[in-house]
Amino acid sequence: MTDGLDIDCDELVEIVTDYLDGALDAGTHRRVSEHLAQCDGCATYVEQMLETARIAGTLRAQELRPDMRERLLGAFRGWKAAGTPPG
Amino acid sequence: MDVRQSGRAGAAPGAAADDGDGALVRELRAGDERVFAELVDRMTPAMLAIAAGYVPGRSVAEEVVQEAWLAVLTGLDRFEGRSSLRTWVFGIVVNVARRRGARERRSVPFSDAFAFAGEAGDEVGPTVDPGRFRGRDDEWPGHWASPPRPWDLPESALLAGEVRDRLRAALDVLPPRQRMVVHLRDVQGLAADEVCAVLGIEPGNQRVLLHRGRARLRQALEDYLNGDRA
Ligand SMILES: [Zn+2]
Repeated sequence: MTDGLDIDCDELVEIVTDYLDGALDAGTHRRVSEHLAQCDGCATYVEQMLETARIAGTLRAQELRPDMRERLLGAFRGWKAAGTPPG
Repeated sequence: MDVRQSGRAGAAPGAAADDGDGALVRELRAGDERVFAELVDRMTPAMLAIAAGYVPGRSVAEEVVQEAWLAVLTGLDRFEGRSSLRTWVFGIVVNVARRRGARERRSVPFSDAFAFAGEAGDEVGPTVDPGRFRGRDDEWPGHWASPPRPWDLPESALLAGEVRDRLRAALDVLPPRQRMVVHLRDVQGLAADEVCAVLGIEPGNQRVLLHRGRARLRQALEDYLNGDRA
């Protein structure tokens, strides 16, 4: 048995984000990489965490409630009307 | 809406790289409402998520965001470009929301106040159902008993409306502090150190909140995708 499997899968899923952010010490990082190379379940889990983050990145242009948007644009017009100092 | 979404990858006007911030600020000061509207569309969801981490209820959070946008406009002359425009704006929301949160806590009973204090997001326990792993007396304790099945969806399907709707719904019901961090890291694409600076939290805490939030969102997608195809 190789190093990678001395991390159990139920432990690995709790350090996925530390792993992806490069926050693990070098030895643990390497053991996670080795585990992922041998374990389809964990490899799929990590892949899906990345996929989830990627899809979240497509939500940036969420629609705003129209009344809120209108209030904000109204506030902008108010600010503009009050401001506009000459020169 | 589709134009803006596809624009995220590149060339949407106003969806600027940081070095475009100076130009954006000049356009705002010149009163360009189109530029303001784009910033509002792009940043307000994350601002609402931040506000919800400090104050109770959607309507108070909306008031905080409106006050923050006004503070942004009246403070444009003080924007020095030392941070990106985004992190500057998010920092203003945090300040307004903190002040408002402190005021709200003084005016409501303590137990109610505590329910929206940040600590509510600091749950403990595993992020994956322990029932999915083999028991301690198994030959392979702690290893998958029911591993996740690959999604294997084509790009078009992953980005299709329904998957995104499902993710958005799950994001909206995350515990407030997890929701703030996921919005800033994954939706807005801020770096970890920017998120720590904006929210005033430690890197380890930031990763815990991100991890718990992402794990819940992944599970929501798994429920949907595998349930749908079973
Ligand atoms: Zn594993």
